Amino acid sequence: MSVPSGPRIITSRFDVADGHTYAGYVRTGGYVSLRKAVSSMTPQQVHDEVKAAEIQGRGGAGFPAGTKWGFLPAGVHPRYLVINGDESEPGTYKDRLLMERDPHQLIEGIVIACYALNASQAFLYVRGEMAHAQERLAQALNEAYASNMVGKNICGSDFSVDITLTWGAGAYIVGEETALIESLEGERGMPRLKPPFFPAVKGLYMQPTIVNNVETLANVPYIVGQGGGDFKSIGAPTSTGMRMFAVSGHVNKPGVFEVPNGVTTFRMLFEAPEYCGGIRNGGSIKAFIPGGASAMWFFPEHLDMALDKPTVDKAGSMLGSGAIVAMDQTTDMVAACWRIVRFFARESCGKCTPCREGTTWLERVLKRMLDGHGRPEDIDLLFEVSESISPGIAWPPRQTTICPLGPSAVSPIASAVRRFRHEFEHYIEHGRPIDGVESPFATHLASHA
Amino acid sequence: MTDTAAPKTTVSLTVDGRSVEATPGDLLITACERSGSFVPHFCYHPRMSPVGMCRQCIVEVEGPRGKSLVVSCMTPVADGQVVSTTSEPAKRAQEGVLELLLANHPLDCPVCDKGGECPLQDQAFSHGPGESRYVEEKRHYEKPIPISDLVFLDRERCILCDRCTRFAGEVAGDPLISFTSRGNNTQVMTFPDEPFSSYFSGNTVQICPVGALTSSAYRFKARPWDLEQVESTCTTCSVGCRTVVQSSRDELVRYQGVDVESVNWGWLCDRGRFNFESVNSRNRVHSPLMRKDGTLVETTWSTALDAAGRILRTVLNDKGPDAVSIIGGARGTNEDAFAWAQLADSLGVTARDAQLGDGLPAEVFALPQATIAEACASPTVILLAPDLKEELPVLYLRLRDAAEKRTTRIIEVSPRATGLSRYAWKSVRHDPGDQPRVVSELLSDRDVVDQLSRGNVTVVMGRGNLAESPEFTLLATGAVLAAVPTARVLPVVRRGNVRGAVTAGMTPQRPDADTNAILSSIAAGKVECLVLVGADPLSDVPDADLVRRAFASVKHVIAVDTFVTESVRHAEVVLPASAYGEKVGTTTNCEGRVSDVAQKITTAGTARPDWMIAAELALELGVDLGISSYPELRDTMTSSIAAFAPAADAKAVRGEGVLMAQSAPIRITATPRSAAPRLTHQFRLHVSRVMYDRAVATNESPSLAPLAREAAVHMNSGDAQRLGVRDGASVRLSSNGSAVVLPLAIDDAVARGVVSVPFNQHGSDIRQLIRHDVAVTDVVVEVI
Ligand SMILES: Cc1cc2nc3c(=O)[nH]c(=O)nc-3n(C[C@H](O)[C@H](O)[C@H](O)COP(=O)(O)O)c2cc1C
Ligand code: SF4
Ligand code: SF4
Ligand code: SF4
Ligand code: FES
Repeated sequence: MSVPSGPRIITSRFDVADGHTYAGYVRTGGYVSLRKAVSSMTPQQVHDEVKAAEIQGRGGAGFPAGTKWGFLPAGVHPRYLVINGDESEPGTYKDRLLMERDPHQLIEGIVIACYALNASQAFLYVRGEMAHAQERLAQALNEAYASNMVGKNICGSDFSVDITLTWGAGAYIVGEETALIESLEGERGMPRLKPPFFPAVKGLYMQPTIVNNVETLANVPYIVGQGGGDFKSIGAPTSTGMRMFAVSGHVNKPGVFEVPNGVTTFRMLFEAPEYCGGIRNGGSIKAFIPGGASAMWFFPEHLDMALDKPTVDKAGSMLGSGAIVAMDQTTDMVAACWRIVRFFARESCGKCTPCREGTTWLERVLKRMLDGHGRPEDIDLLFEVSESISPGIAWPPRQTTICPLGPSAVSPIASAVRRFRHEFEHYIEHGRPIDGVESPFATHLASHA
Repeated sequence: MTDTAAPKTTVSLTVDGRSVEATPGDLLITACERSGSFVPHFCYHPRMSPVGMCRQCIVEVEGPRGKSLVVSCMTPVADGQVVSTTSEPAKRAQEGVLELLLANHPLDCPVCDKGGECPLQDQAFSHGPGESRYVEEKRHYEKPIPISDLVFLDRERCILCDRCTRFAGEVAGDPLISFTSRGNNTQVMTFPDEPFSSYFSGNTVQICPVGALTSSAYRFKARPWDLEQVESTCTTCSVGCRTVVQSSRDELVRYQGVDVESVNWGWLCDRGRFNFESVNSRNRVHSPLMRKDGTLVETTWSTALDAAGRILRTVLNDKGPDAVSIIGGARGTNEDAFAWAQLADSLGVTARDAQLGDGLPAEVFALPQATIAEACASPTVILLAPDLKEELPVLYLRLRDAAEKRTTRIIEVSPRATGLSRYAWKSVRHDPGDQPRVVSELLSDRDVVDQLSRGNVTVVMGRGNLAESPEFTLLATGAVLAAVPTARVLPVVRRGNVRGAVTAGMTPQRPDADTNAILSSIAAGKVECLVLVGADPLSDVPDADLVRRAFASVKHVIAVDTFVTESVRHAEVVLPASAYGEKVGTTTNCEGRVSDVAQKITTAGTARPDWMIAAELALELGVDLGISSYPELRDTMTSSIAAFAPAADAKAVRGEGVLMAQSAPIRITATPRSAAPRLTHQFRLHVSRVMYDRAVATNESPSLAPLAREAAVHMNSGDAQRLGVRDGASVRLSSNGSAVVLPLAIDDAVARGVVSVPFNQHGSDIRQLIRHDVAVTDVVVEVI
């Protein structure tokens, strides 16, 4: 199988043993773009390059970064850049690698972004459990300060910026940008309602704030170094550049791959020898999650679809955070569905009624089915409760909730029940799964019996 | 400015087919409600910022981008919006949320205090799905758990609406309760080892939309359908919060706050809310008492009135009216005080005082006046007052709101930090007696001058220090009024109806006839008969030595009271008075607002309202005050006292009440001067009240009585270090030839060189060091 190729942009130092150090970074071409930006470009020119690159945010929503940067109201200071390194979506583990293996690249991206935004303070928020990433970033920040790449009068220019490193306490919801802002302010991490609290207008400390994902900003040095046009010429016109995808599940070689965006297909990722090298035990795909646990599931008929944002959106799901999870023909879909719903139920921040009460209710009903106590009316009940969280159970989801976490728990249910209703009915009738499948999480099931 | 440049002042929208006008910035939920469409809701509260947490208030809005479901409590109105509160999608969403709220709700309505007045119950009926499909095991928690001495929390009933937690942080400034855990286990909780000991905790019980929060005072006392209620005004302090007084089986069981814009916004402090218990106390005086062989024994009204009349007649005949003095009147209604003033007038008694040497000279009420609302809308508030959080708690809430959420800047000048210091723009410490100098200095500070030029200036002035002559605060106020001639004054005396009693005439009618002068005259043998009308000088007069000497030498004491207090114990005749909730009348708050107090229950025993006792005593003395009924009394009062004229209309004193009429304001002419500086080895004494003390209404309320603390000497850590004394050590304070021993509390709220002792607490009595005729009290502190 031949796969489209492209330059390794942000994973280029993953094989460089000292790529995470200042010396290693500079030796391999690091901090050249920052020098170029502060010495020979205006902030507007930098912003224009990012706009021209048409890079879509890599945190989940896929919003074009250049456009987002333009939302800052003119002349309102202080303004902040917040970097979202809370990566916790099940199956997503690209930001962690970027922070561990190439922390200076992220720092360079942050400083350039602050230059473009006229911001003099950035907050880098790293997920609580990522101790190694935190250490690497702290070391890199110290080096960058010592080398005048962060701090006062960067590279001898009159531009100064500080980066404050903060870490969370281990809550998925803090990845949602307004909850992250609350957490940064020292409050309990619970989302704010948008509107009125759009970060670009009323963000951190009620000041204009841009929140960007780690991967999004890691691309900025390349965009400034090579030009936005160069970046845009890679991948598809509707999904530009290279993009990282984390593939896990029933594949032979799970891993993170930086692939040309918008042109690589799901099948290539699963089957190509340079990527996952096929489904385990020579099996076949029964279903897969195309973009994080919040996404609607895809099925074999979607395998040849390109990883292109508008295409996937139109097919009724999303690329989200780039987490792809393969489920082969042996997967117990009821168990898989329960496992994902349980994640959201536990990670609900508890702020709004439909999410706090609804996700747990869904989880309990599914668990009862798995335990052999399902009732015929339970399938309708799953949809009814889902309807109370996400009216219409449609894609993109509508919500009665504050943030999209609640509706996220509805996606697996809608996906699994609509496609594999007979598996649910079998559980209800016989108290066990259909023949030939097993729970992908047998050990978890046992320990939570 | 032209018309076109002016911002649009109204928008019009359609709610359920009716068109409504609204102001830009209004929330949809209020516009809906105004149009007559009730939107179910739980977390939204008009006096707190919306959080959009419960998701119950979802409505459907048609905008340029089609129809969408929005929460009406966080969506602002917009011109041309078409809103449906009852469309199929809106109804489905509302039903869905209610079903989810009820999923884990214990539905223990039959044993829940809230049952019958419960927004969850009511809205489950009106907007719920009818039945629940939830068959899983419900959430379980230990229930209920005490989160403070006054409040219990049942986490199973809690619907996590954030009202209590928001109130604590946003309104009270006591963020002592918060959410813990996540998802389905989210719960309201206190922090480890830190109870929810807010002075305002009762409000959370009132605004909780379910029975999750209950108060120790009301738990299981009544069911809502057994309650009778009437609107009234709290007279515990001079804020005058609007309340409803509720009873069951002719016993007071609860006070709830009523939202009036000009005063309390629906809030009450815990002292005002829970001291109804004292009205029900078994220790109330139920029938007249007379001294027989050294003890007070029950008697009949005719015998008691006859005895009281005989005493008064004898003294008046033998020694003339100057041998009789009356102290009190501020605990009753305006009408009570008026009747007693009438009686005093008819007997020629001029030495009378509603204050107990612990207030302010009556002329402060004649300075140019500001209302509470005006103070809170002033760009600058100058605080020359006691700790309002301790003494006038709801005024503290209002000023805190003005400083936190609005643009008011507070300049505080006080010997110790107060509850408002955190919110003050400038908070300056000073030695007692030095306030005039410090204020004059501030008035020439460049920033302050700038600030004062930004609009209205209000001086909130009160008796900040009972160990210091009130003259200094008066002089400091005079300095402000001289520098800013448009400045106005909000006088804050603590006791409920001082302003009404003074206006009604219970104030000295000649120089040297205030409470301190009266007590001195008694001690000098010049006054032989002291009439106490709801006053307890032995507990309240700061100069303990003076009051002790007076009571040791007084010949006759006649007392009108609800309890046998320290002072009443000395009486020959005790006439039992009706308490709050047992009589009708009007009361006047610190800003001069007159509002009604209502009767809800039958009076204890044979007690009578103060005014009736005055009228009957008058008859006993052969004087007819011309008062035979309450309406008659009120008419006489409002027609004979100009200030009360606006209160003549019974309707005017309901709800918001009515401001009394002001005559042309007086000026302070004396030039500011300060007390002599203190000697370096001495400390200057600061004595002030705290919320819970041994006041009879607190002491006789079982819920509140345990909250009064032991007295202690509060001293700055720097001073303590200099003296080499540790926290908790015993120290001796001596001054004016007296000494008290108290434990030391290291407290950096106190300025260096000052020691601060709370008034009327358990333990040694600091009043022994206070002399009314000494301007400031300097003490020597020794470690023992
Ligand atoms: C429930 C939830 C969880 C999220 N978690 C993350 C996360 O872990 N990391 C992240 O970058 N964005 C996360 N997001 C998206 C952020 O809210 C935000 O859109 C993103 O950080 C913006 O960055 P980008 O524009 O560069 O993609 C999450 C969103 C939701 C609703
Ligand atoms: S949807 Fe869930 S996670 Fe999001 S704010 Fe509401 S309760 Fe919190
Ligand atoms: S205790 Fe009452 S007020 Fe507090 S969050 Fe729960 S339901 Fe709301
Ligand atoms: S602030 Fe004063 S008037 Fe208001 S409730 Fe408290 S004691 Fe009563
Ligand atoms: S009342 Fe609007 S969300 Fe609770």
